[in-house]
Amino acid sequence: MSLVKIAGLHKHFGANHVLKGIDLDVARGDVVALIGRSGSGKSTLLRTINGLESIDKGELVVDGTALHDGRGDLRALRQKVGMVFQQFNLFPHLTAGQNVMLAPTVVKGTPKPEACDIAKEMLLKVGLSDKFDSYPDQLSGGQQQRVAIARALAMQPKVLLCDEITSALDPELVSEVLAVVRQLATEGMTLIMVTHEMRFAREVGNKLIFMHHGRIHESGDPKTVFADPQTPELANFVGAVQAA
Amino acid sequence: MLVQFTTWDIVRNLLDAAKWTLALSLIAFVLGGLVGLAILFARISKHRALQAATKAYIEVFQGTPLLMQLFIVFFGLSLAGIDVSPWLAAAAGLTLFTSAYLAEIWRGCVDAVPKGQWEASATLALSYTQQMRHVILPQALRIAIAPTVGFSVQVVKGTAVTSIIGFTELTKTGSMLANATFEPFVVFGLVAAGYFALCYPLSLYAKRLERKFHVAR
Amino acid sequence: MAYQFDFAPVIDHADLLLAGAGFTLALTAVGAVFGIGLGTAGAICRAWKLRPFDRLFGVYVEAIRNTPFLVQLFFIFFGLPALGVRMGEWQAAVLAMVINLGAYSTEIIRAGIEATPRGQIEAAQSLALTRRQIFRHVVLRPALAKVWPALTSQVIIVMLGSAVCSQIATEELTFAANFIQSRNFRAFETYFLTTALYFAMALLIRQLLMQLGRHVIVGRAR
Ligand SMILES: Nc1ncnc2c1ncn2[C@@H]1O[C@H](COP(=O)(O)OP(=O)(O)OP(=O)(O)O)[C@@H](O)[C@H]1O
Ligand SMILES: [Mg+2]
Repeated sequence: MSLVKIAGLHKHFGANHVLKGIDLDVARGDVVALIGRSGSGKSTLLRTINGLESIDKGELVVDGTALHDGRGDLRALRQKVGMVFQQFNLFPHLTAGQNVMLAPTVVKGTPKPEACDIAKEMLLKVGLSDKFDSYPDQLSGGQQQRVAIARALAMQPKVLLCDEITSALDPELVSEVLAVVRQLATEGMTLIMVTHEMRFAREVGNKLIFMHHGRIHESGDPKTVFADPQTPELANFVGAVQAA
Repeated sequence: MLVQFTTWDIVRNLLDAAKWTLALSLIAFVLGGLVGLAILFARISKHRALQAATKAYIEVFQGTPLLMQLFIVFFGLSLAGIDVSPWLAAAAGLTLFTSAYLAEIWRGCVDAVPKGQWEASATLALSYTQQMRHVILPQALRIAIAPTVGFSVQVVKGTAVTSIIGFTELTKTGSMLANATFEPFVVFGLVAAGYFALCYPLSLYAKRLERKFHVAR
Repeated sequence: MAYQFDFAPVIDHADLLLAGAGFTLALTAVGAVFGIGLGTAGAICRAWKLRPFDRLFGVYVEAIRNTPFLVQLFFIFFGLPALGVRMGEWQAAVLAMVINLGAYSTEIIRAGIEATPRGQIEAAQSLALTRRQIFRHVVLRPALAKVWPALTSQVIIVMLGSAVCSQIATEELTFAANFIQSRNFRAFETYFLTTALYFAMALLIRQLLMQLGRHVIVGRAR
């Protein structure tokens, strides 16, 4: 049975038809890499999965919580879906520890001491147990992004969405964040990530999705898809990325 | 004496008084602008003592009540042997008040011109005065228009305080009418409406200028 | 003959001046707490477009910002009794200060709220926080921290403006000064010292509020 099921999903921004009927099944433990040209709808698709963008038409089910044509219990959905952003989006007025503790205490009503333990555990997991009391502006970009991952994990999501989470980082900081993601993947976390790191997608992902003009243009096992693109668009894209 | 006031009598008297509010506002704004310009140049000059003195001037006027400033001007001038009318004290006091605020607003605008503009014009061998005249001030002026118009609202409202030192403008006339008619609710409502009619267009204009400026950038 | 400045007749009444200063500070403290509270409520209504309160606050803000404080004070103290709303001198003064500060801080705080980066709100949404929780934990505190210097300045402006409350016989600092100069006929010296006192109070309030902002609003020394 699939953990995330998307069927016939459509999304418009005004007259701009951005997602033109997406069908997608993600099983528990899958690591899905979403690739495609700028403007092809990758971010939009990701953001519909936790309701940051509304859905005009179609169905979305995550672990039994469903949205039909965009209607349903958004907050229940969001408790099952974690998200990490390109720009980290840590809360600047809270320490790393407080960033991680906020949602468990406020949303789930977890008592402070327990939430504190969870936060310590999550920060340990991303290799930042010594940064509990640091504020975001005292951390490097890579550290901030790892705190953001810990913050999402503290809600024990069923699936974690990552939207180009290394794009805003200096090159030398990319690997520390990717290492955390790789670790999560081996632990069996279900991941859906938009990425430009093709090598990483091939190594860690077990499913590759190439988006083009708001549709899933091609998909399959990353190793075979990269080695043998079936459409000229994907061949072009892979060529362009490798040339860069 | 017992006089019957109709609402029209009240309005007519207030309109008459509003002329004085308007006149005082204009005088304070224009003279305050001129004095403020002098303060501004001293404030941004390279002369340490001038900088310090004008900084203190601005801080004192921004850190004390307008009413106290008016009292001090009023009683200070009479100590100096000048026969002060409330009208003169009001104009002088409000001019100084306005000059301090405008100088500070304008200094902010000069500061807002990017450092690179100073450096670029310096590499072209412009003197300090030339840099100011041809590069910095023209840009600062553009930034300054909206907040300057915005501050004019404070000047108009500030004129109300001069009623306390006996200048007969809108508020003072309102107080007298309220006493004479026993209709303070109506009178002060009309007085407030009068100020609103003077200030609101200025506020709107300032907001529009600000928006236009932000779009232009 | 040159005028001889003599401050002694003012110093003789130092107790009255200090009592007046204390009263001005008390009025300001109450005005600041309730004024900023009112401004926060107004800012929420405006930022969230809560009908019909956003419109009401919009009219209120423009009405207050485009009329003099003195006229607002007179309207409250002399005008409202016509509607059966009667109050004492200091109550009227506090009410006028709250209403005045409330209008300005509505606009100041609203600007802070609207400057919240979208990503902050999206991050909180993705963590399943409700609108109310997001506002309380993610939006309000950084917004207040951002606009705290502007709020501090506005509180000082209201404190200085309260000098005109002497006109309705609120027994604050200027009232004390008026009384003293009517006794000692040393108007210039009296108002000069009073002005100095106001200046010191403005500095004091700025220091206090900036400290408060640093420790309570921002939550740490930066
Ligand atoms: N909030 C929005 N309002 C209007 N149009 C939007 C909005 N967000 C995205 N779009 C449009 O939707 C389309 C898809 O955007 P999306 O961000 O999903 O692309 P993407 O594949 O993530 O691109 P990139 O690689 O540049 O991040 C684009 O045409 C974009 O202009
Ligand atoms: Mg994107």
